[in-house]
Amino acid sequence: MRHIIAILIENEAGALSRVAGLFSARGYNIESLTVAPTEDSSLSRMTLVTRGSEDVIEQITKQLNKLIDIVKLIDLQETVHIERELMLVKIKTTDKMRDELRSVVDIFRGKIIDVTPTSYVIEMTGTSDKLDAFIATVDKGSIIEVVRSGATGISRGEKGLHL
Amino acid sequence: MELNGAQIVIQSLKDEGVEYIFGYPGGAVLHLYDALFQQDDVKHILVRHEQGATHAADGYARATGKPGVVLVTSGPGATNAVTGIATAYMDSIPMVVISGQVPSAVIGSDAFQEVDMVGITRPCVKHNFLVSDVSKIAETIKKAFYVATSGRPGPVVIDIPKDVTAPDKTVPYNYPKKVEMRSYHPATTGNKGQIKKAVELLLSAQRPVIYSGGGVVLGEGSKELTELAHTLGFPVTQTLMGLGAFPSTDKQFVGMLGMHGTYEANMTMHESDLILAIGARFDDRVTGKLDMFCPYAKIIHVDIDPASISKTVKVDVPIVGEVKLVINQLLDGLKDAKYKVNKQASEMWWKQINQWRSVGCMEYDRQSRAIKPQFVIEQLYEVTKGDAFVTSDVGQHQMWAAQYYPFDKPRRWINSGGLGTMGFGLPAAIGVKLAHQDADVACVTGDASIQMCIQELSTALQYNTPVKIINLNNNYLGMVRQWQEFSYESRYSHSYMETIPDFVKLAEAYGHVGIRVEKPEDVRPALERAFAMKDRTVFLDILTDRTENVYPMIEAGKAHHDMKLRVAIGTTTDRELS
Repeated sequence: MRHIIAILIENEAGALSRVAGLFSARGYNIESLTVAPTEDSSLSRMTLVTRGSEDVIEQITKQLNKLIDIVKLIDLQETVHIERELMLVKIKTTDKMRDELRSVVDIFRGKIIDVTPTSYVIEMTGTSDKLDAFIATVDKGSIIEVVRSGATGISRGEKGLHL
Repeated sequence: MELNGAQIVIQSLKDEGVEYIFGYPGGAVLHLYDALFQQDDVKHILVRHEQGATHAADGYARATGKPGVVLVTSGPGATNAVTGIATAYMDSIPMVVISGQVPSAVIGSDAFQEVDMVGITRPCVKHNFLVSDVSKIAETIKKAFYVATSGRPGPVVIDIPKDVTAPDKTVPYNYPKKVEMRSYHPATTGNKGQIKKAVELLLSAQRPVIYSGGGVVLGEGSKELTELAHTLGFPVTQTLMGLGAFPSTDKQFVGMLGMHGTYEANMTMHESDLILAIGARFDDRVTGKLDMFCPYAKIIHVDIDPASISKTVKVDVPIVGEVKLVINQLLDGLKDAKYKVNKQASEMWWKQINQWRSVGCMEYDRQSRAIKPQFVIEQLYEVTKGDAFVTSDVGQHQMWAAQYYPFDKPRRWINSGGLGTMGFGLPAAIGVKLAHQDADVACVTGDASIQMCIQELSTALQYNTPVKIINLNNNYLGMVRQWQEFSYESRYSHSYMETIPDFVKLAEAYGHVGIRVEKPEDVRPALERAFAMKDRTVFLDILTDRTENVYPMIEAGKAHHDMKLRVAIGTTTDRELS
């Protein structure tokens, strides 16, 4: 099953490679990994999407917790949560398809943020599933480039992942 | 007090109470060596190869419980230390390794003797640090010792660029008394609810067994484990790493378990209905085939490391905590419990176990005209009155030492269990001897293993660490040869050494005493002579039966009840698997 693990980690050189190294050394798979500093400059927040059986996910969270630099983590799958991913897509356009593409982008609540006579850049956020669905709708041959941030997530309600 | 970086490193080690540092100088650590030279409190042991430094520090740590400390230079000095760091990591040995690094300004430029030590060691350390500023040295060293020795212990590397230890930059020195890390909180006592569940299971079991490991040695839980075992009256089996935590001569001890464990230990595990695992990690050499592992048993698992629990074998009652504290909690729980251990079931169980014992799985040919390696270990046990510190290398001799030298105290049996590092034994013995100068220290080794760190014979002379090397010389890579005999139709591919040195002359060349033993009747007198020479390192080159194998053996992919024994006993279990 797919799990989103949110991690607070010391904002120190090499912290990211400790996490990445753990996954490769133990043969766990990483579907996506995003990392950026938080409002507390001494901490980074990492969101890691992985897949595995319950036993594997349990080992992953235990092994992550064992890393000295990791301050806290939660498996968002265990809470009610919101997931978002940002995607930028560059699509080759012809006059004929522009209208149709615009309406598909509207349906997916996307935005066209760059236009040239022969291309659009579309910005879209949502769950990873939704972004997949959009890509599936667009003619494959017209896609020039897809950039995805990887999923990030946050739990609903007052409780949160903080110190 | 204003000190420069190099002085801060050495002063911090002093303040940490470090007695010995094992190392080898080089360009990137010259400032540190200069600071070492100007003091006498921290004694430096100059090894002959950095691998030897890490193993010696490791042996010192295993024999004392104190962290071993290592100092190596950048580049090859650092990479040579990696095998020893990984060895300590796999067996959870507290160790602090200080490695020099090229100056900060040239890091990343492929400078002379540059290697990314933090990157290389990341997968085989508990934690590592790159010290970027002289003002951070003291705190980093404090943290390193704290992390290395607390929780599940392990090696910690501190990589220090040369400019950080330079003599021209000084800062006020203040060694922290204590360090707090918001991201690191080792477990202490076990969860009360889990303790209660465990006590209930312990008291309702019909065929229980205690399976304990190296965690009991590391966690100083030997006394508590023994009390718990005696209170419950359960059979006890121990892993290779756990030997000595529960007295091997105790009648409740059924021997080591696993691949080369005793028939009775493995059968007891296989037929048990409750396993109390303490400080053991269900390693593949212990479990054998996982889906056939202990099919009737519920499992209680006590460990300081949550990640060790349910890693390979799913357990029923996990208890995370320090073994010593958790065993005391269990003892308290047992005292308060309303009912007691089922006497009748216990008698039946012991009757069965004694039947397994009567198979005599450890018997060997005592009439042989060739020297049997098992006989050598038995004689070693007698000559040292069972009270020596025994280090070993890796292979057949290691298993024989574990099987035929019954250890009654923890920290007496010192070997590389997890990583299985050949070359460990001799430098480890030197570390042990430095820690326990009045004790008998024996290094049980083989003709292949001893050559992997033979250069440390020179260190043994320089620092006068009179250890006794028991070389079970069969002219083979014995364990490899055994596997080739069993699994590859005796195609002995490169497991034979056609040119091994004259170890007697070699020992003499290094300034020690060499004795060759070729007949069984000469084994005892040679051992007595060796141990009588209190101030000499003695190399006993004992020519043993070349074809001897280690039994019992659970071959890879087989289950506990499926053992290869020296003696034929028909079916190994009276019950079919459900």
